[in-house]
Amino acid sequence: MSASSVIFYIISACTLVTALLAVTTPRIFRSAIWLLFSLIGVASLYFWMEVEFIAAVQIIVYVGGIVVLIIFSIFLTQESGAKMPKPALKRALFSALAVLFGFAFTYNLISKHAFTATSTQPFAVNVSDIGEQMLNPTEYGYLLPFEVVSILLLAAMIGCIVIAMKSPVKKVISENGKGVLAPRNEHKEEVDEVTS
Amino acid sequence: MQQIPIEHILFVSTALFFIGMYGLFTRRNMITMLMSIELILNSVNINFVAFNKYLFPGKLDGIFFTIFIITVAAAEAAITIAIIINLYRTHKSIDVEDATELKY
Repeated sequence: MSASSVIFYIISACTLVTALLAVTTPRIFRSAIWLLFSLIGVASLYFWMEVEFIAAVQIIVYVGGIVVLIIFSIFLTQESGAKMPKPALKRALFSALAVLFGFAFTYNLISKHAFTATSTQPFAVNVSDIGEQMLNPTEYGYLLPFEVVSILLLAAMIGCIVIAMKSPVKKVISENGKGVLAPRNEHKEEVDEVTS
Repeated sequence: MQQIPIEHILFVSTALFFIGMYGLFTRRNMITMLMSIELILNSVNINFVAFNKYLFPGKLDGIFFTIFIITVAAAEAAITIAIIINLYRTHKSIDVEDATELKY
């Protein structure tokens, strides 16, 4: 067993154990930290598979973006040291059974299938090749999905702002000239009556 | 390098997928459910990269699928957290059992 395969098994074991801890630990903040280690494990799996660009994107987007966002929302919505209630024993038991059965079924299929490589040339991922094919408008290029995904990101950004925005507060000038703050939605009619 | 058969990488990604599935079944808190979904998307990404590396080494399509999945996952996480914060503002709770207005 070479050093490379030993490294692979160590990375895989770390990823799976931290992922399992992330979905079972009762404290939500620790769960986020275990998720962070699991995502780093996946990134190192990409490094092991010699796709350094994807590994870098994984670290930047997941570890630097999504986990930080999750931790922010944990701090905004609940006391992070408190324990979450345990799942009911029946639900935990049956979901563990379903998951184990699904895993056994899927891995049985995988282990019986013979995977054959289509070519034997070495696998090399250059960032320049990725960029050229990504912005290539000819047959094997990915220009259209690139543009669609950029529109999707714009829509997601605007959607986030609209969803998370508080209902705006309208400033209404009352009769004696003093500013009165009134929320726009519920009390609009009353405010209109007062001002008229 | 090639001594590791592809089945072992697929074992890791399948196990990661079903760990995420277990979290999605048992957790009732929206943030932890979001974490489980991130685990599931990561297992799919490992699959794409492994298939590209082992079965189609001359092409880059698996890499592109991975990049697009990461992008969509980032957008999805941002939207989900906006929804969670908005729900917390109205319900003071992010448990999925408490959000039942659309149920019947």
